[in-house]
Amino acid sequence: MPHLVLDKVSIHYDGQPAPAVERVSIDVAKGDFVVLVGRSGCGKTSLLNVAAGLVTPSRGQASINGRGITGPGSDRAVVFQNDALFPWLTARENVAFALRLRGVRPAERARRADELLALVKLGDAGDKHIWELSGGMRQRVGLARALAAEPQFLLLDEPLGALDALTRERMQTTLLDLWTASHVGVLMVTHGIEEALVLATRIVVLAPGPGRVVRGFEPGFSRRYAAGEPVRSIKSDPAFAAARGELTDAIFEGEAA
Amino acid sequence: MTISSYSERPAARTETADGLSVPWSRPSARRKGVSARMVSAVTILLLLAAWALSARLQLVSPVFLPSPVAVWNKFIVVIKDGFVDATLLQHVVASLGRVFAALVAAILVGVPVGLAIGISTVGRGIFDPLLEFLRPIPPLAYLPLVIIWFGIGEPSKILVIAIAMLAPVALSTASGVRGVSRERVNAARSLGATRAQVVRHVVLPSALPSILTGLRIALGAGWSTLVAAELVAATRGLGFMIQSAAQFLVTDVVIMGILVIAAIAFVLEFAIRRIERALVPWAGRE
Ligand SMILES: Nc1ncnc2c1ncn2[C@@H]1O[C@H](COP(=O)(O)OP(=O)(O)O)[C@@H](O)[C@H]1O
Ligand SMILES: [Mg+2]
Repeated sequence: MPHLVLDKVSIHYDGQPAPAVERVSIDVAKGDFVVLVGRSGCGKTSLLNVAAGLVTPSRGQASINGRGITGPGSDRAVVFQNDALFPWLTARENVAFALRLRGVRPAERARRADELLALVKLGDAGDKHIWELSGGMRQRVGLARALAAEPQFLLLDEPLGALDALTRERMQTTLLDLWTASHVGVLMVTHGIEEALVLATRIVVLAPGPGRVVRGFEPGFSRRYAAGEPVRSIKSDPAFAAARGELTDAIFEGEAA
Repeated sequence: MTISSYSERPAARTETADGLSVPWSRPSARRKGVSARMVSAVTILLLLAAWALSARLQLVSPVFLPSPVAVWNKFIVVIKDGFVDATLLQHVVASLGRVFAALVAAILVGVPVGLAIGISTVGRGIFDPLLEFLRPIPPLAYLPLVIIWFGIGEPSKILVIAIAMLAPVALSTASGVRGVSRERVNAARSLGATRAQVVRHVVLPSALPSILTGLRIALGAGWSTLVAAELVAATRGLGFMIQSAAQFLVTDVVIMGILVIAAIAFVLEFAIRRIERALVPWAGRE
């Protein structure tokens, strides 16, 4: 069973007086949706980069399927905080680039790219240039590009951060649909408390100075969505409001400590 | 300076748009927008008038300062009948041919060198001092060495121009490479791109706007070394034409040649900006 593990990871950037992250353990199995929350600077992006193989931990281990992570790999696809798309390519070409790196034949790339764009509800935007797209559309292209790598794990860094509330809510269900359909493991960073509750099978609350885990939650609302319950009905459940209060408290406690 | 005026352009446009949407601010916006250009036009007209007047009053002997009309007439004559065995068009083609051959050479060498400087510490260690050494040397200083080593043929002329173009191309490429978005590189790497694929598919396209700016600066630099390059046993070319004319004190051809060189530089600058806009439509829109 695919397994992405950060084991007592510390991150100490060169030239920094103190470590950015200290002894954080996170475990993502196939089918998990793990969400990192915590205020800016508590090391969420750094941890994601360790999982991606872009940052080497100063202590501790990062491994995938039992093998140590030594660099980036297409078994873990990343969607970055700023979409990191290529503006010299169209939306379709951005997705096709990932397919090309996987050795998909040229004749098949465009067709497959359009399928992936349709999956994120951008079926007719393939010919658009990146700068012609709204923030939400860009994030979806980034998602389609990540999915093109057919990864076992998706690493998402505030993928919905720049979106307006309505688009954001719609994107949350898109994410849930993709997750249930593909059965990848997801490790995601967000600032949204409701978003974390709607999406996560597990929430990891981090506190700054140095970044560390203060609490873990297993809200289970996303399993209910996967079982067919609409998001509306989930959010109006009193249990959702209660969880919301509890998570908010945990984040503030972490900051106060 | 050229770069800043490029980026100022959209701001000026917004100002005009504002002026049109707010009626009472229109006159002031107008006056402001037109006045700089007006001043330039008036300045040029005054200079022309002063030139015409001093020629007419023969303040200076026509041998040294022919009238604007005489220069214009010479322009027509040289287009039709030529000067020193070639028409004006043939001189222009010879010069442009050299400058473009030099540009191709400068791109073939300068872009890889710039990549090496921008990507690797070793590359920077090797090429940075060489370029810094080469950059401030005036073409007339290395001209004799080029002749000693490579003779007086066409390759030497092209080489003199290409040397002047190398530093702008390489340094602009390097600065473009250093400005590449870390996240884009990481995105490509996490999708499984090799180092070479990252360079080809992310670094080069990211650096393209900067490379094109470098080419624009290089064309300017190369064009201004033309006269030096054509000191070497040329039989055609604008620089050669000016020098031959100077030897026989044909001042109207000298002045006409200078104006033609300036006009072509202006057209080249304009053309490469059009090319920039066509090739990198994303620049400034991210
Ligand atoms: N490349 C880096 N070099 C040095 N310090 C860094 C680097 N990246 C992040 N940091 C520092 O590490 C801490 C955690 O940053 P980050 O992981 O981006 O937090 P978050 O994503 O939670 O906002 C911050 O204090 C930040 O300044
Ligand atoms: Mg971050």
